[in-house]
Amino acid sequence: MQNKTISKKRKSYIAGMRLLMGIAVSITCALVLFIIGYVMFKGLPNITWELLTTKPGYLSGQIGILPDILNTLYIVIAALLIVLPLGVGAAIYLTEYAQNKKLVAIIEYASETLSGIPSIIYGLVGMMIFFQFFGMETSLLAGALTLVIMNLPTVMRTTQESLKTVPQSYREGAFGLGAGKWRVVRTVVLPGCVDGIITGCILSVGRILGESAALLYTAGFAHSLNNFWEGLSSPGATLTVALYVYAKDNGEFQVAFAIAAILMILTVLINLTVTFVGNYFKKRRNI
Amino acid sequence: MKNKKQLLEHVIHGIFLILGLITVGCVLVITVYLIISGIPAIREIGLTDFLFGKVWASTAAEPYYGILPFILTSIYGTAGAILIGVPIGFLNAVYLAKLAHPKVKSVIHGAVSLLAGIPSVVYGLVGMMVLVPAIRILFDVPDGASLLAAIIVLAVMILPSIINVSLTALESVPKEYEDASLALGATPIETYFRVSVPAAKSGIAASVVLGVGRAIGEAMAVMMVAGNAANMPSLFESVRFLTTAVSSEMSYAADGSLQMQALFSIALVLFLFIMLINATLNFFLKRDQEK
Repeated sequence: MQNKTISKKRKSYIAGMRLLMGIAVSITCALVLFIIGYVMFKGLPNITWELLTTKPGYLSGQIGILPDILNTLYIVIAALLIVLPLGVGAAIYLTEYAQNKKLVAIIEYASETLSGIPSIIYGLVGMMIFFQFFGMETSLLAGALTLVIMNLPTVMRTTQESLKTVPQSYREGAFGLGAGKWRVVRTVVLPGCVDGIITGCILSVGRILGESAALLYTAGFAHSLNNFWEGLSSPGATLTVALYVYAKDNGEFQVAFAIAAILMILTVLINLTVTFVGNYFKKRRNI
Repeated sequence: MKNKKQLLEHVIHGIFLILGLITVGCVLVITVYLIISGIPAIREIGLTDFLFGKVWASTAAEPYYGILPFILTSIYGTAGAILIGVPIGFLNAVYLAKLAHPKVKSVIHGAVSLLAGIPSVVYGLVGMMVLVPAIRILFDVPDGASLLAAIIVLAVMILPSIINVSLTALESVPKEYEDASLALGATPIETYFRVSVPAAKSGIAASVVLGVGRAIGEAMAVMMVAGNAANMPSLFESVRFLTTAVSSEMSYAADGSLQMQALFSIALVLFLFIMLINATLNFFLKRDQEK
Protein backbone atom coordinates (compact mmCIF):
# COMPACT_ATOMS: atom_id res chain seq x y z
CA MET A 1 0.00 0.00 0.00
CA GLN A 2 2.80 2.31 0.89
CA ASN A 3 4.47 1.75 -2.43
CA LYS A 4 1.51 3.18 -4.34
CA THR A 5 1.67 6.49 -2.55
CA ILE A 6 5.34 7.36 -2.99
CA SER A 7 6.63 9.04 -6.09
CA LYS A 8 9.02 7.56 -8.63
CA LYS A 9 11.75 9.93 -7.55
CA ARG A 10 11.57 8.72 -3.96
CA LYS A 11 11.45 5.12 -5.08
CA SER A 12 14.61 5.50 -7.11
CA TYR A 13 16.32 7.30 -4.20
CA ILE A 14 15.49 4.40 -1.90
CA ALA A 15 16.58 1.80 -4.41
CA GLY A 16 19.78 3.72 -5.11
CA MET A 17 20.69 3.99 -1.43
CA ARG A 18 19.96 0.30 -0.91
CA LEU A 19 22.18 -0.57 -3.83
CA LEU A 20 25.03 1.65 -2.61
CA MET A 21 24.86 0.15 0.87
CA GLY A 22 24.82 -3.33 -0.60
CA ILE A 23 27.91 -2.54 -2.64
CA ALA A 24 29.74 -1.00 0.34
CA VAL A 25 28.98 -3.93 2.64
CA SER A 26 29.97 -6.47 0.02
CA ILE A 27 33.25 -4.64 -0.55
CA THR A 28 34.05 -4.78 3.16
CA CYS A 29 33.15 -8.45 3.50
CA ALA A 30 35.02 -9.37 0.34
CA LEU A 31 38.09 -7.48 1.59
CA VAL A 32 38.15 -9.29 4.91
CA LEU A 33 37.64 -12.68 3.30
CA PHE A 34 40.24 -11.97 0.62
CA ILE A 35 42.93 -10.78 3.02
CA ILE A 36 42.44 -13.69 5.41
CA GLY A 37 42.11 -16.23 2.63
CA TYR A 38 45.10 -14.95 0.70
CA VAL A 39 47.43 -14.78 3.69
CA MET A 40 46.37 -18.23 4.92
CA PHE A 41 46.64 -19.76 1.46
CA LYS A 42 50.11 -18.35 0.91
CA GLY A 43 51.32 -18.70 4.48
CA LEU A 44 50.00 -21.91 6.02
CA PRO A 45 51.90 -24.30 3.68
CA ASN A 46 55.13 -22.55 4.65
CA ILE A 47 54.70 -22.98 8.39
CA THR A 48 56.85 -25.97 9.17
CA TRP A 49 58.03 -27.38 12.45
CA GLU A 50 61.56 -26.53 11.42
CA LEU A 51 60.68 -22.90 10.77
CA LEU A 52 59.08 -22.57 14.19
CA THR A 53 61.80 -24.25 16.23
CA THR A 54 65.12 -23.14 14.77
CA LYS A 55 67.08 -19.98 14.48
CA PRO A 56 68.36 -18.69 11.16
CA GLY A 57 71.70 -20.20 10.17
CA TYR A 58 73.80 -18.14 7.82
CA LEU A 59 75.92 -21.10 6.81
CA SER A 60 73.14 -23.54 6.11
CA GLY A 61 71.00 -20.73 4.61
CA GLN A 62 67.90 -21.96 6.38
CA ILE A 63 65.54 -19.61 8.12
CA GLY A 64 63.90 -20.18 11.48
CA ILE A 65 61.73 -17.79 13.39
CA LEU A 66 62.04 -19.18 16.92
CA PRO A 67 64.10 -16.14 18.08
CA ASP A 68 61.46 -13.80 16.69
CA ILE A 69 58.67 -15.69 18.45
CA LEU A 70 60.57 -15.57 21.74
CA ASN A 71 61.42 -11.88 21.30
CA THR A 72 57.75 -11.11 20.74
CA LEU A 73 56.86 -13.04 23.87
CA TYR A 74 59.53 -11.26 25.93
CA ILE A 75 58.50 -7.83 24.75
CA VAL A 76 54.82 -8.55 25.43
CA ILE A 77 55.61 -9.74 28.98
CA ALA A 78 57.96 -6.86 29.75
CA ALA A 79 55.63 -4.19 28.35
CA LEU A 80 52.58 -5.60 30.16
CA LEU A 81 54.42 -5.89 33.48
CA ILE A 82 55.22 -2.18 33.34
CA VAL A 83 52.13 -0.77 31.68
CA LEU A 84 49.58 -2.53 33.89
CA PRO A 85 50.48 -0.91 37.23
CA LEU A 86 50.95 2.48 35.56
CA GLY A 87 47.72 2.40 33.55
CA VAL A 88 45.55 0.91 36.31
CA GLY A 89 47.02 3.34 38.84
CA ALA A 90 46.34 6.31 36.60
CA ALA A 91 42.77 5.15 36.02
CA ILE A 92 42.23 4.71 39.77
CA TYR A 93 43.55 8.19 40.38
CA LEU A 94 41.18 9.67 37.82
CA THR A 95 38.02 7.92 39.04
CA GLU A 96 38.68 7.51 42.77
CA TYR A 97 41.05 10.18 43.98
CA ALA A 98 41.05 13.19 41.70
CA GLN A 99 38.92 16.09 42.82
CA ASN A 100 40.28 18.84 40.63
CA LYS A 101 38.19 18.75 37.46
CA LYS A 102 40.73 20.71 35.47
CA LEU A 103 43.49 18.26 36.31
CA VAL A 104 41.28 15.35 35.24
CA ALA A 105 40.55 17.12 31.95
CA ILE A 106 44.26 17.71 31.37
CA ILE A 107 45.16 14.10 32.08
CA GLU A 108 42.40 12.81 29.84
CA TYR A 109 43.45 15.18 27.07
CA ALA A 110 47.04 13.99 27.42
CA SER A 111 45.94 10.39 27.19
CA GLU A 112 43.90 11.12 24.05
CA THR A 113 46.88 12.90 22.54
CA LEU A 114 49.11 9.93 23.30
CA SER A 115 46.74 7.56 21.55
CA GLY A 116 46.75 9.77 18.46
CA ILE A 117 50.51 10.02 18.03
CA PRO A 118 51.72 7.78 15.19
CA SER A 119 53.97 4.91 16.13
CA ILE A 120 56.84 6.12 13.97
CA ILE A 121 57.14 9.20 16.21
CA TYR A 122 57.19 6.96 19.27
CA GLY A 123 59.96 4.99 17.65
CA LEU A 124 61.98 8.08 16.92
CA VAL A 125 61.53 9.77 20.28
CA GLY A 126 61.88 6.48 22.17
CA MET A 127 65.13 5.75 20.42
CA MET A 128 66.64 9.15 21.16
CA ILE A 129 65.40 9.50 24.73
CA PHE A 130 66.22 6.01 25.94
CA PHE A 131 69.57 6.04 24.17
CA GLN A 132 70.68 9.56 25.01
CA PHE A 133 69.38 10.02 28.52
CA PHE A 134 69.36 6.50 29.86
CA GLY A 135 72.41 5.27 27.98
CA MET A 136 70.56 2.24 26.64
CA GLU A 137 71.37 0.57 23.37
CA THR A 138 69.04 -0.97 20.83
CA SER A 139 67.36 -3.61 22.97
CA LEU A 140 64.06 -5.30 23.62
CA LEU A 141 63.79 -3.35 26.87
CA ALA A 142 64.00 -0.02 25.02
CA GLY A 143 61.33 -1.35 22.65
CA ALA A 144 59.17 -2.51 25.53
CA LEU A 145 59.42 0.87 27.27
CA THR A 146 58.37 2.63 24.06
CA LEU A 147 55.39 0.29 23.82
CA VAL A 148 54.50 1.01 27.44
CA ILE A 149 53.93 4.68 26.61
CA MET A 150 51.93 3.71 23.52
CA ASN A 151 49.65 1.34 25.40
CA LEU A 152 49.16 3.44 28.50
CA PRO A 153 46.02 5.16 27.12
CA THR A 154 44.46 1.79 26.20
CA VAL A 155 44.89 0.29 29.67
CA MET A 156 43.78 3.54 31.29
CA ARG A 157 40.63 3.79 29.19
CA THR A 158 39.44 0.19 29.64
CA THR A 159 40.14 0.26 33.39
CA GLN A 160 38.38 3.59 33.78
CA GLU A 161 35.34 2.33 31.92
CA SER A 162 34.98 -0.67 34.18
CA LEU A 163 35.66 1.39 37.31
CA LYS A 164 32.69 3.52 36.41
CA THR A 165 30.47 0.43 36.48
CA VAL A 166 31.40 -0.42 40.10
CA PRO A 167 28.30 0.77 41.98
CA GLN A 168 28.83 3.83 44.16
CA SER A 169 26.94 2.10 46.98
CA TYR A 170 29.72 -0.49 47.35
CA ARG A 171 32.20 2.27 48.09
CA GLU A 172 29.81 4.03 50.44
CA GLY A 173 29.12 0.76 52.23
CA ALA A 174 32.82 0.20 52.80
CA PHE A 175 33.37 3.78 53.92
CA GLY A 176 30.43 3.46 56.27
CA LEU A 177 32.05 0.44 57.88
CA GLY A 178 35.04 2.62 58.66
CA ALA A 179 37.43 1.60 55.91
CA GLY A 180 40.03 4.09 54.74
CA LYS A 181 40.28 5.18 51.14
CA TRP A 182 43.15 2.86 50.30
CA ARG A 183 41.40 -0.09 51.86
CA VAL A 184 38.27 0.64 49.83
CA VAL A 185 40.30 0.88 46.63
CA ARG A 186 42.17 -2.33 47.39
CA THR A 187 39.30 -4.50 48.52
CA VAL A 188 36.23 -3.11 46.77
CA VAL A 189 37.21 -1.08 43.74
CA LEU A 190 40.10 -3.11 42.32
CA PRO A 191 38.28 -6.47 42.29
CA GLY A 192 35.41 -4.71 40.54
CA CYS A 193 37.51 -3.61 37.61
CA VAL A 194 39.20 -6.91 36.80
CA ASP A 195 37.33 -7.17 33.52
CA GLY A 196 38.59 -3.78 32.39
CA ILE A 197 42.13 -4.69 33.27
CA ILE A 198 41.89 -7.99 31.41
CA THR A 199 40.38 -6.33 28.35
CA GLY A 200 43.11 -3.68 28.45
CA CYS A 201 45.71 -6.44 28.65
CA ILE A 202 44.38 -8.29 25.65
CA LEU A 203 44.02 -5.14 23.57
CA SER A 204 47.57 -4.18 24.46
CA VAL A 205 48.86 -7.61 23.51
CA GLY A 206 47.15 -7.21 20.15
CA ARG A 207 48.68 -3.82 19.63
CA ILE A 208 52.15 -4.97 20.64
CA LEU A 209 51.93 -7.98 18.33
CA GLY A 210 51.04 -5.74 15.43
CA GLU A 211 53.47 -2.95 16.15
CA SER A 212 56.49 -2.53 13.97
CA ALA A 213 57.31 1.11 13.24
CA ALA A 214 57.99 1.92 16.89
CA LEU A 215 60.20 -1.14 17.28
CA LEU A 216 62.39 -0.95 14.17
CA TYR A 217 64.84 1.48 15.71
CA THR A 218 64.31 0.81 19.40
CA ALA A 219 64.40 -2.99 19.53
CA GLY A 220 66.40 -3.66 16.38
CA PHE A 221 66.54 -6.51 13.89
CA ALA A 222 68.69 -9.24 15.45
CA HIS A 223 67.60 -12.88 15.27
CA SER A 224 69.70 -14.37 18.05
CA LEU A 225 68.35 -16.89 20.52
CA ASN A 226 68.27 -15.59 24.12
CA ASN A 227 66.60 -16.29 27.42
CA PHE A 228 64.34 -13.67 28.98
CA TRP A 229 66.92 -11.56 30.82
CA GLU A 230 69.54 -11.75 28.11
CA GLY A 231 66.86 -11.01 25.56
CA LEU A 232 65.75 -7.83 27.27
CA SER A 233 69.20 -6.32 27.16
CA SER A 234 70.06 -7.33 23.62
CA PRO A 235 68.52 -6.25 20.33
CA GLY A 236 65.94 -8.49 18.73
CA ALA A 237 63.27 -8.49 16.04
CA THR A 238 59.67 -9.24 16.91
CA LEU A 239 57.50 -11.17 14.46
CA THR A 240 56.24 -8.06 12.68
CA VAL A 241 59.70 -6.56 12.32
CA ALA A 242 60.98 -9.92 11.08
CA LEU A 243 58.16 -10.02 8.52
CA TYR A 244 59.13 -6.57 7.31
CA VAL A 245 62.82 -7.40 7.06
CA TYR A 246 62.24 -10.73 5.30
CA ALA A 247 59.78 -9.21 2.81
CA LYS A 248 61.38 -5.86 2.09
CA ASP A 249 65.11 -6.40 2.44
CA ASN A 250 65.68 -10.10 1.89
CA GLY A 251 62.92 -10.99 -0.55
CA GLU A 252 62.10 -14.14 1.46
CA PHE A 253 58.39 -14.02 0.74
CA GLN A 254 57.63 -17.56 1.85
CA VAL A 255 58.90 -16.83 5.35
CA ALA A 256 57.12 -13.46 5.31
CA PHE A 257 53.82 -15.11 4.45
CA ALA A 258 54.33 -17.79 7.08
CA ILE A 259 54.81 -15.06 9.71
CA ALA A 260 51.83 -13.16 8.32
CA ALA A 261 49.68 -16.28 8.69
CA ILE A 262 50.83 -16.73 12.29
CA LEU A 263 50.07 -13.08 13.06
CA MET A 264 46.66 -13.44 11.43
CA ILE A 265 45.80 -16.48 13.55
CA LEU A 266 46.89 -14.61 16.69
CA THR A 267 44.78 -11.59 15.67
CA VAL A 268 41.70 -13.79 15.26
CA LEU A 269 42.36 -15.42 18.65
CA ILE A 270 42.77 -12.05 20.37
CA ASN A 271 39.56 -10.72 18.84
CA LEU A 272 37.65 -13.79 19.94
CA THR A 273 39.07 -13.53 23.47
CA VAL A 274 38.08 -9.87 23.79
CA THR A 275 34.52 -10.68 22.77
CA PHE A 276 34.44 -13.72 25.04
CA VAL A 277 35.78 -11.85 28.07
CA GLY A 278 33.35 -8.99 27.46
CA ASN A 279 30.37 -11.34 27.29
CA TYR A 280 31.51 -13.39 30.27
CA PHE A 281 31.77 -10.39 32.57
CA LYS A 282 28.57 -8.85 31.26
CA LYS A 283 26.71 -12.02 32.13
CA ARG A 284 28.31 -12.26 35.54
CA ARG A 285 27.42 -8.68 36.29
CA ASN A 286 23.79 -9.16 35.37
CA ILE A 287 23.30 -12.06 37.77
CA MET B 1 48.08 5.03 65.32
CA LYS B 2 45.67 7.38 63.64
CA ASN B 3 48.47 9.62 62.38
CA LYS B 4 50.23 6.66 60.90
CA LYS B 5 47.12 5.66 59.05
CA GLN B 6 46.60 9.16 57.74
CA LEU B 7 50.18 9.32 56.61
CA LEU B 8 49.74 6.07 54.70
CA GLU B 9 46.65 7.46 53.00
CA HIS B 10 48.56 10.58 52.00
CA VAL B 11 51.46 8.59 50.63
CA ILE B 12 49.15 6.38 48.59
CA HIS B 13 47.24 9.39 47.32
CA GLY B 14 50.57 10.86 46.23
CA ILE B 15 51.58 7.66 44.43
CA PHE B 16 48.32 7.57 42.48
CA LEU B 17 48.70 11.25 41.65
CA ILE B 18 52.12 10.58 40.17
CA LEU B 19 50.77 7.64 38.16
CA GLY B 20 47.99 9.87 36.90
CA LEU B 21 50.43 12.52 35.81
CA ILE B 22 52.61 10.12 33.83
CA THR B 23 50.61 10.59 30.63
CA VAL B 24 50.90 14.37 30.93
CA GLY B 25 54.62 13.98 31.49
CA CYS B 26 54.97 11.75 28.43
CA VAL B 27 53.13 14.21 26.19
CA LEU B 28 55.25 17.08 27.49
CA VAL B 29 58.51 15.18 27.05
CA ILE B 30 57.62 14.10 23.51
CA THR B 31 56.52 17.60 22.51
CA VAL B 32 59.49 19.39 24.03
CA TYR B 33 61.91 16.82 22.69
CA LEU B 34 60.57 16.99 19.16
CA ILE B 35 60.68 20.79 19.19
CA ILE B 36 64.21 20.94 20.59
CA SER B 37 65.60 18.40 18.18
CA GLY B 38 63.56 19.59 15.21
CA ILE B 39 64.39 23.28 15.33
CA PRO B 40 68.19 23.28 14.61
CA ALA B 41 67.92 21.81 11.11
CA ILE B 42 65.06 24.15 10.21
CA ARG B 43 67.17 27.10 11.33
CA GLU B 44 70.13 25.95 9.35
CA ILE B 45 68.19 25.19 6.19
CA GLY B 46 65.74 28.06 6.50
CA LEU B 47 62.04 27.58 7.15
CA THR B 48 60.82 28.38 3.64
CA ASP B 49 63.55 26.34 1.95
CA PHE B 50 62.72 23.45 4.24
CA LEU B 51 58.95 23.52 3.96
CA PHE B 52 58.62 24.61 0.34
CA GLY B 53 61.81 23.26 -1.23
CA LYS B 54 60.90 20.83 -3.96
CA VAL B 55 64.10 18.78 -3.90
CA TRP B 56 65.18 16.34 -1.24
CA ALA B 57 68.69 15.06 -1.83
CA SER B 58 70.12 14.46 1.60
CA THR B 59 73.06 12.34 0.49
CA ALA B 60 74.14 14.37 -2.55
CA ALA B 61 77.47 16.21 -2.57
CA GLU B 62 75.50 19.44 -2.38
CA PRO B 63 72.55 18.36 -0.26
CA TYR B 64 69.04 19.78 -0.61
CA TYR B 65 66.52 19.45 2.17
CA GLY B 66 63.15 20.43 0.77
CA ILE B 67 60.21 18.46 2.18
CA LEU B 68 57.40 19.83 0.03
CA PRO B 69 57.23 16.49 -1.86
CA PHE B 70 56.68 14.63 1.44
CA ILE B 71 54.09 17.09 2.73
CA LEU B 72 52.12 17.04 -0.52
CA THR B 73 52.37 13.25 -0.78
CA SER B 74 51.04 12.86 2.76
CA ILE B 75 48.18 15.25 2.03
CA TYR B 76 47.28 13.71 -1.33
CA GLY B 77 47.64 10.20 0.00
CA THR B 78 45.42 10.91 2.99
CA ALA B 79 42.87 12.75 0.87
CA GLY B 80 42.75 9.84 -1.57
CA ALA B 81 42.31 7.31 1.22
CA ILE B 82 39.51 9.41 2.73
CA LEU B 83 37.84 9.79 -0.66
CA ILE B 84 37.70 6.01 -1.08
CA GLY B 85 37.38 4.90 2.54
CA VAL B 86 34.80 7.32 3.91
CA PRO B 87 31.89 6.58 1.53
CA ILE B 88 32.38 2.84 1.91
CA GLY B 89 32.77 3.05 5.69
CA PHE B 90 29.85 5.44 6.08
CA LEU B 91 27.43 3.28 4.07
CA ASN B 92 28.59 0.25 6.03
CA ALA B 93 27.92 2.05 9.29
CA VAL B 94 24.39 3.06 8.24
CA TYR B 95 23.64 -0.49 7.18
CA LEU B 96 25.00 -1.98 10.40
CA ALA B 97 23.34 0.57 12.67
CA LYS B 98 19.88 0.58 11.14
CA LEU B 99 19.18 -2.23 8.72
CA ALA B 100 21.24 -5.27 9.54
CA HIS B 101 19.75 -8.29 11.29
CA PRO B 102 21.43 -8.62 14.73
CA LYS B 103 23.19 -11.84 13.72
CA VAL B 104 24.46 -10.38 10.44
CA LYS B 105 25.50 -7.29 12.35
CA SER B 106 27.57 -9.20 14.88
CA VAL B 107 29.30 -11.18 12.12
CA ILE B 108 30.18 -8.10 10.05
CA HIS B 109 31.14 -6.18 13.16
CA GLY B 110 33.49 -9.02 14.10
CA ALA B 111 34.99 -8.93 10.62
CA VAL B 112 35.54 -5.18 10.90
CA SER B 113 37.29 -5.52 14.28
CA LEU B 114 39.46 -8.18 12.72
CA LEU B 115 40.36 -5.73 9.96
CA ALA B 116 41.34 -3.25 12.67
CA GLY B 117 43.55 -5.80 14.39
CA ILE B 118 45.55 -6.95 11.37
CA PRO B 119 49.15 -5.68 11.76
CA SER B 120 50.14 -2.99 9.29
CA VAL B 121 53.04 -5.04 7.94
CA VAL B 122 50.55 -7.70 6.86
CA TYR B 123 48.63 -5.05 4.90
CA GLY B 124 51.96 -3.97 3.47
CA LEU B 125 52.84 -7.52 2.47
CA VAL B 126 49.49 -8.18 0.80
CA GLY B 127 49.69 -4.79 -0.93
CA MET B 128 53.19 -5.54 -2.11
CA MET B 129 52.31 -8.95 -3.52
CA VAL B 130 48.82 -8.28 -4.92
CA LEU B 131 48.21 -4.58 -5.40
CA VAL B 132 51.57 -3.48 -6.75
CA PRO B 133 51.74 -6.08 -9.55
CA ALA B 134 48.03 -5.50 -10.30
CA ILE B 135 48.59 -1.76 -10.77
CA ARG B 136 51.62 -2.43 -12.95
CA ILE B 137 49.66 -4.67 -15.28
CA LEU B 138 46.33 -2.80 -15.24
CA PHE B 139 47.72 0.67 -15.91
CA ASP B 140 50.76 -0.46 -17.87
CA VAL B 141 53.29 1.45 -15.79
CA PRO B 142 56.92 0.35 -15.21
CA ASP B 143 56.51 -0.04 -11.44
CA GLY B 144 53.30 -0.51 -9.51
CA ALA B 145 54.78 0.77 -6.23
CA SER B 146 53.10 4.15 -6.33
CA LEU B 147 50.91 6.70 -4.64
CA LEU B 148 47.84 4.84 -5.91
CA ALA B 149 48.90 1.63 -4.18
CA ALA B 150 49.47 3.54 -0.93
CA ILE B 151 46.07 5.24 -1.21
CA ILE B 152 44.26 1.92 -1.61
CA VAL B 153 46.11 0.29 1.29
CA LEU B 154 45.43 3.31 3.51
CA ALA B 155 41.75 3.33 2.51
CA VAL B 156 41.44 -0.26 3.70
CA MET B 157 43.33 0.47 6.90
CA ILE B 158 41.13 3.43 7.93
CA LEU B 159 37.90 1.59 7.15
CA PRO B 160 37.50 0.06 10.65
CA SER B 161 37.92 3.40 12.47
CA ILE B 162 35.39 5.07 10.20
CA ILE B 163 32.86 2.27 10.51
CA ASN B 164 33.18 1.92 14.29
CA VAL B 165 33.00 5.61 15.20
CA SER B 166 30.16 6.37 12.75
CA LEU B 167 28.32 3.30 13.99
CA THR B 168 28.45 4.47 17.60
CA ALA B 169 27.23 7.92 16.57
CA LEU B 170 24.36 6.52 14.49
CA GLU B 171 23.31 4.14 17.25
CA SER B 172 23.01 6.94 19.76
CA VAL B 173 20.54 8.96 17.67
CA PRO B 174 17.35 9.19 19.78
CA LYS B 175 14.70 6.82 18.51
CA GLU B 176 12.05 9.53 18.76
CA TYR B 177 13.62 11.41 15.84
CA GLU B 178 13.24 8.39 13.63
CA ASP B 179 9.76 7.58 14.89
CA ALA B 180 8.63 11.11 14.13
CA SER B 181 10.01 10.92 10.62
CA LEU B 182 8.38 7.54 10.03
CA ALA B 183 5.06 8.80 11.35
CA LEU B 184 5.20 11.67 8.88
CA GLY B 185 5.29 9.13 6.07
CA ALA B 186 8.98 8.85 5.25
CA THR B 187 10.16 5.37 4.41
CA PRO B 188 12.79 3.77 6.67
CA ILE B 189 15.66 4.36 4.21
CA GLU B 190 14.71 8.02 3.78
CA THR B 191 14.52 8.36 7.54
CA TYR B 192 17.96 6.89 8.07
CA PHE B 193 19.68 9.07 5.49
CA ARG B 194 17.76 12.31 6.01
CA VAL B 195 17.10 12.24 9.76
CA SER B 196 19.50 9.87 11.51
CA VAL B 197 22.59 10.78 9.51
CA PRO B 198 22.23 14.57 9.97
CA ALA B 199 21.57 13.98 13.68
CA ALA B 200 24.80 11.99 13.95
CA LYS B 201 26.89 14.30 11.82
CA SER B 202 29.33 15.30 14.58
CA GLY B 203 30.21 11.70 15.25
CA ILE B 204 30.55 10.96 11.56
CA ALA B 205 32.80 13.99 11.14
CA ALA B 206 34.86 12.73 14.08
CA SER B 207 35.24 9.37 12.33
CA VAL B 208 36.58 11.12 9.23
CA VAL B 209 39.08 13.11 11.28
CA LEU B 210 40.16 9.93 13.07
CA GLY B 211 40.65 8.33 9.67
CA VAL B 212 42.81 11.28 8.58
CA GLY B 213 44.96 10.83 11.68
CA ARG B 214 45.40 7.10 11.06
CA ALA B 215 46.25 7.61 7.40
CA ILE B 216 48.75 10.40 7.90
CA GLY B 217 50.54 8.51 10.69
CA GLU B 218 50.84 5.13 8.99
CA ALA B 219 54.41 4.21 8.14
CA MET B 220 55.15 0.54 7.60
CA ALA B 221 52.41 -0.43 5.18
CA VAL B 222 53.06 2.69 3.11
CA MET B 223 56.78 2.03 3.14
CA MET B 224 56.16 -1.38 1.57
CA VAL B 225 53.93 -0.24 -1.29
CA ALA B 226 54.79 3.39 -2.14
CA GLY B 227 58.25 2.87 -3.61
CA ASN B 228 59.97 5.47 -1.44
CA ALA B 229 61.51 7.81 -4.00
CA ALA B 230 61.42 11.50 -3.06
CA ASN B 231 59.32 12.58 -6.06
CA MET B 232 56.63 15.20 -6.21
CA PRO B 233 53.37 13.29 -5.83
CA SER B 234 51.73 11.82 -8.88
CA LEU B 235 49.34 8.88 -8.93
CA PHE B 236 51.61 6.38 -10.68
CA GLU B 237 54.93 7.72 -9.44
CA SER B 238 56.98 6.24 -6.63
CA VAL B 239 56.53 8.59 -3.66
CA ARG B 240 57.64 9.17 -0.09
CA PHE B 241 55.33 10.20 2.76
CA LEU B 242 56.32 12.23 5.83
CA THR B 243 56.34 9.04 7.89
CA THR B 244 58.39 7.03 5.44
CA ALA B 245 60.80 9.92 4.93
CA VAL B 246 61.69 9.61 8.61
CA SER B 247 61.95 5.86 8.76
CA SER B 248 63.72 5.22 5.47
CA GLU B 249 66.81 7.29 6.26
CA MET B 250 66.86 6.72 9.99
CA SER B 251 68.99 3.62 9.75
CA TYR B 252 71.93 5.20 7.97
CA ALA B 253 71.86 8.89 8.92
CA ALA B 254 74.93 9.69 11.01
CA ASP B 255 74.32 10.86 14.58
CA GLY B 256 74.38 14.64 14.87
CA SER B 257 74.61 15.24 11.12
CA LEU B 258 72.36 17.76 9.41
CA GLN B 259 70.63 14.84 7.69
CA MET B 260 69.68 13.32 11.05
CA GLN B 261 68.54 16.68 12.37
CA ALA B 262 66.46 17.21 9.26
CA LEU B 263 64.73 13.87 9.91
CA PHE B 264 63.74 15.19 13.32
CA SER B 265 62.41 18.33 11.69
CA ILE B 266 60.26 16.16 9.41
CA ALA B 267 58.99 14.34 12.50
CA LEU B 268 58.19 17.72 14.04
CA VAL B 269 56.14 18.71 10.99
CA LEU B 270 54.31 15.39 11.14
CA PHE B 271 53.70 15.89 14.86
CA LEU B 272 52.22 19.34 14.25
CA PHE B 273 49.86 17.86 11.65
CA ILE B 274 48.77 15.22 14.17
CA MET B 275 48.22 17.78 16.94
CA LEU B 276 46.07 19.84 14.58
CA ILE B 277 44.05 16.74 13.71
CA ASN B 278 43.68 15.84 17.41
CA ALA B 279 42.37 19.32 18.20
CA THR B 280 39.83 19.02 15.38
CA LEU B 281 38.79 15.58 16.59
CA ASN B 282 38.30 16.89 20.11
CA PHE B 283 36.23 19.76 18.78
CA PHE B 284 33.80 17.37 17.06
CA LEU B 285 33.61 14.97 20.00
CA LYS B 286 33.04 17.76 22.53
CA ARG B 287 30.31 19.24 20.35
CA ASP B 288 28.65 15.87 20.29
CA GLN B 289 28.74 15.57 24.07
CA GLU B 290 27.36 19.01 24.68
CA LYS B 291 24.29 18.31 22.62
